[in-house]
Amino acid sequence: MPAGSTYSTIATTTLGSAQTSTSFNSFSGYTDLVIVCDVAFGSTSNFQITFNNDTGTNYSNTIMVGNGTTAVSDRQSNQTRIVMGYNGTTSGNRAIYNISLMNYANTTTFKTALIRVGNPGADTIAQIGLYRSTPAITSIQFALQNGGNMNTGSTFTLYGISAA
Amino acid sequence: MPNTFTLIQSVTVGAGGQASINFTSIPNTYTDLQILVSARGSGNRATVGLNLYYNSTTTNYTYRRIDGSGTSPDSSSGASPSAAILQGGNSTANVFGNYSIYIPNYASNTNKYASSDAVNENNGTQEYITLSSTLWNDTSAINSIQLTPTSGNILEYSTAYLYGIIKS
Repeated sequence: MPAGSTYSTIATTTLGSAQTSTSFNSFSGYTDLVIVCDVAFGSTSNFQITFNNDTGTNYSNTIMVGNGTTAVSDRQSNQTRIVMGYNGTTSGNRAIYNISLMNYANTTTFKTALIRVGNPGADTIAQIGLYRSTPAITSIQFALQNGGNMNTGSTFTLYGISAA
Repeated sequence: MPNTFTLIQSVTVGAGGQASINFTSIPNTYTDLQILVSARGSGNRATVGLNLYYNSTTTNYTYRRIDGSGTSPDSSSGASPSAAILQGGNSTANVFGNYSIYIPNYASNTNKYASSDAVNENNGTQEYITLSSTLWNDTSAINSIQLTPTSGNILEYSTAYLYGIIKS
């Protein structure tokens, strides 16, 4: 990492073929992480995130959703992943995700994700996700909630922010 | 190695205001764009809409939004590039709203999506937090951006900064 660089690209992935999952597996030395995803949906679904390949019921989230006519708030507890989305993205459409993970490497607190979803075909979302685990986050996994494909051209970029 | 997050252009609105904030000749060398705005409109209302246009094109836009105004939240959608609710000319003096707009893959050959967060606080009524998703149903690369109020001008002392984010 260049000296004095506060905001750095750690890794980026552009899908060259449809696939059901992708991940980031090597990132260290930063204070916070920002992930930007631009996902092309191969089936109608929501998008999900997990950490450290943990599929236990260690996730929860609170969500605020506007679908263009109705505003709702909802929450889910004891989930096996954080589902980013609510009304689903229609197959063939895209949605964008901006995910902030503050203090992801600390080993004393649970991990919180601040999530914004831009899905103009269905909804606009602000969401907070909790991963009830104190070890540092060392890997991040993405997939569609229904196990379907993310299409060619989907992009995923991981940025690191350094406090010093 | 190039900087990841770079200022491309800045606009500070001068005396007399202006009809829109314009970013022109945006290079295609970045991955994403982010615009940070502090602004107030002159429209004869407490709030006015703020539209996000690309390449001076005024068609093929949709938006979907959730609002909080201090009472029950609301949601709306429509066939316009509505990115925010702008502090209007009838709001409390000296109050400017803050807006953040993120545009991923702006130079790609796919339709263009944007995510906007906008906050206005007036110490009164009729102010909003808005979270918006916008779609420009056009595969052209974005080379200019126009932030235009739906009524009136953008007032003096408003500022806008366009940043480029590069992924490699």
